Amino acid sequence: MKFGVVVFPGSNCDADVKYVLEEVMKQPTDYIWHQETSVEGYDCIILPGGFSYGDYLRTGAIARFSPIMKAVEEFADRGGLVLGICNGFQILLEAGLLPGAMKINDDLQFHCHYTYLRVENNRTPFTNLLQEKQVIRIPIAHGEGNFYADEETLRELEENGQVVFRYCTPEGEITPEANPNGSVNNIAGICNKDRNILGMMPHPERCAEEILGGTDGSLIFASILEWWERGGKLGR
Amino acid sequence: MFYGKIYVTLKKGVLDPQGSTVQRSLHALGYSNVAEVRIGKFMEVKLDSSSREEAARQLDEMCRRLLANPVIEDYTFEVTEV
Repeated sequence: MKFGVVVFPGSNCDADVKYVLEEVMKQPTDYIWHQETSVEGYDCIILPGGFSYGDYLRTGAIARFSPIMKAVEEFADRGGLVLGICNGFQILLEAGLLPGAMKINDDLQFHCHYTYLRVENNRTPFTNLLQEKQVIRIPIAHGEGNFYADEETLRELEENGQVVFRYCTPEGEITPEANPNGSVNNIAGICNKDRNILGMMPHPERCAEEILGGTDGSLIFASILEWWERGGKLGR
Repeated sequence: MFYGKIYVTLKKGVLDPQGSTVQRSLHALGYSNVAEVRIGKFMEVKLDSSSREEAARQLDEMCRRLLANPVIEDYTFEVTEV
């Protein structure tokens, strides 16, 4: 399975993602410069974390107009797998590939620590090796991860099973205290209706090896491989 | 040349974490009469357009495409000739 990691000016988790895919998951992985106009030959595209264009204006607002995003959009439209992590999630929202928007964290603090996530939907290419309601531990690092969607959009997300992860307590309870940024309904990650695009604020690439203090993040990448090996492919 | 003053604000009903924090701070300073604070963005755009109408049309398009996020933000602008 071939992975492409898009590099925007300011991306800073691109190397971590590439390392995990190549060294831990043993998959061929390329960087794709944001000025490129094609994602031909890749099976999964990852928009990594970072501060694309320095987060000027709004997080992800300028990056979404990078030439590569048109190719990513067409790739996603054909059923290609797209994973947006942190700033990558913000870019997917700005591009309209996922619904909603990000606001500044409720307490105005930059949060950089481990969080607990409850798996709400394991019937996606990104979570099929996880159990529903399983609690996983993955770190966050963001100042604008306060997910917002209007009531109608939120209802649709919930009804369609598009909420994939929610911030929770270590026991799996969804409480305001377990929510690090004020996101509506404790939402930490969502997918599109077709479930081939996932956006998540936590960083799975930062906890994919024991030496980093946790391996729960590798379950996301392993799920993608599992989905691929079971015959998941582009096109609908 | 035309000069656009653009104001981008969070939509009504979208909680503003910065605004509420500043409001609490104003209360702490004794301004207990402050009922609400909303924080937005102010942008100045100088542009070369054939007419005021054309400048307004372009500014509106810029706001819709990039300068404001329609999911959470509203925008207004004023155009003056300079």
